Amino acid sequence: MDTMISFLSENGMDLLVKTWEHLYISLAAAGLGVIVAVPLGIALTRIKRIAGFIMGILSIIQTIPSFAILVLFIPILGIGKVPAIVALFIYSLLPILRNTYIGISGVSNNLLEVGKGMGMTNWERIVQVELPLAVPVIMAGIRLSTVYLIGWATLASYIGAGGLGDYIFSGLNLYQTEFILAGAIPVTILALLTDLLLGKVEDWVTPTGMKKLKVNA
Amino acid sequence: MLKFDHVSKVYKGGKHAVSDLNMEFEKGEFIVFIGPSGCGKTTTMKMINRLIEPTEGSIYVDGEDIMKVDPVELRRKIGYVIQQIGLFPHMTIEQNISLVLKLLKWPEEKRRERAKELLTLVDMTPDYLERYPHELSGGQQQRIGVLRALAADQSLILMDEPFGALDPITRDSLQEEFKKLQRKLNKTIVFVTHDMDEALKLADRIVIMRDGKIVQFDTPDEILRNPADEFVEEFIGQERLVQARPNIQTVEQIMNLAPVTVMGDQTLSAAIKLMKERRVDTLLVINEDQVLQGYIDVEMIDQKRTKVNLVSEVMERKMLKMETGTLVKDTIRKFLNRAIKYVPVVDENERLVGIVTRANLVDVVYDSIWGDEEITS
Repeated sequence: MDTMISFLSENGMDLLVKTWEHLYISLAAAGLGVIVAVPLGIALTRIKRIAGFIMGILSIIQTIPSFAILVLFIPILGIGKVPAIVALFIYSLLPILRNTYIGISGVSNNLLEVGKGMGMTNWERIVQVELPLAVPVIMAGIRLSTVYLIGWATLASYIGAGGLGDYIFSGLNLYQTEFILAGAIPVTILALLTDLLLGKVEDWVTPTGMKKLKVNA
Repeated sequence: MLKFDHVSKVYKGGKHAVSDLNMEFEKGEFIVFIGPSGCGKTTTMKMINRLIEPTEGSIYVDGEDIMKVDPVELRRKIGYVIQQIGLFPHMTIEQNISLVLKLLKWPEEKRRERAKELLTLVDMTPDYLERYPHELSGGQQQRIGVLRALAADQSLILMDEPFGALDPITRDSLQEEFKKLQRKLNKTIVFVTHDMDEALKLADRIVIMRDGKIVQFDTPDEILRNPADEFVEEFIGQERLVQARPNIQTVEQIMNLAPVTVMGDQTLSAAIKLMKERRVDTLLVINEDQVLQGYIDVEMIDQKRTKVNLVSEVMERKMLKMETGTLVKDTIRKFLNRAIKYVPVVDENERLVGIVTRANLVDVVYDSIWGDEEITS
């Protein structure tokens, strides 16, 4: 306990900065992931023939060890936060893309036909029918992806991106338990808090009618 | 109002979904498309709002060729109701009803006004506006489905088996309610169903389809009176005679109990005399125990009257007969398929108990079509 207190008094400010860096890297990657993967997922539901192909490629990328991906970007983007964000962004794609695709594909054909028959344009159907109905599934993908990214962002420390990984790796190198814990515990807390927060967001963006439907079912 | 001009839909591979449709509907008419599944009725309907596009020919709505109109614009002017109701679960009843109005960019207050006004049409209170579809019963949901199609005051409404998924009682009341509504609002309705009862009840004119072609296009009365061909007859017959009257099930309930009979040992002149008296052309031949032996008709007597004397020598033993307990629907099929005029009914010991003639079947048809109405009116 004493060591913890003395650690905090020495490194308190630094800890906050590292936590912020960590959060920044993971959320930036996840944010980019959402911006790219959700529209792409919707697009793939319109061209089902190549959907399997694209998702296959992403699955293969997903199997490359995260560390390898981080390192692979060094020759192209150098070191620092940018390559870390890019590498993590690539990781976030698959879960979000897949859930968006599944969520949108799961919207009943009947409803789509009614929408079309009533004179909705393609865009109106996506915004007013498909997205609201697929929101729970899409959000599940985003939550999963973000929580993973917070974990993986520790590795980003290796390519000089900073974050809580710095503590963990220093701790490992120097055999200093308090450093390892000072890295690992905030990462866990961050992951849990983020999941909680995204859960609230999910609740907030899910249409009321859908929530009531779930309670009844 | 609505006109089909040599319309065909051919799918890739040359399958004709519908071929060369020509018809014209008046404003305010309730048109029902009916036919067995795969006959092209739904395809035909969906071509009107371009959910399916015709490969040949043209369709005119209010004199305008629909292929020259923007499909989105076109659909907003045509109401659309489907079987599975298709209310959007994430929208309130108000949002569902006023969806087309929103697409047409009506201001919110006017939309709300309109939604309220529409609810009164089906005797629902405004507090339903805030509810969600799953909180309503199936019948209420479909009422909302219909209202949604009326929201923008569309003059033409397409309905694809809208009452098919409802229980019979709800369906019945909804049909009546809707028919009244249609008369009141003077909408042109194109309605697809496979239920002849529904068609006869609702339609001003019925389009009977088969294999992508129109078999008959006429008023319900005219179709019942003069079915165009055997297919139509069977289509009306099976649905109307069997399903409409579930209380009449076996032949005993409809048969004539006193067929005209003759004994095998009577003379031909006696037989002819009997025919003349009872004004029939055929006699059933029985023995002392009422057991059916065969039949004679006037032609058989005419041919052989100089050579033989007794009924038993002339009569034909081979004949179609039915046992008591035979289902009426099977009987009807026999009559229609083999073009017979009558069938004697026997019990398990081959004793004659009655006869079913075409006249009996006419009674059944009559009852099932007009019998109910006499009771209700």
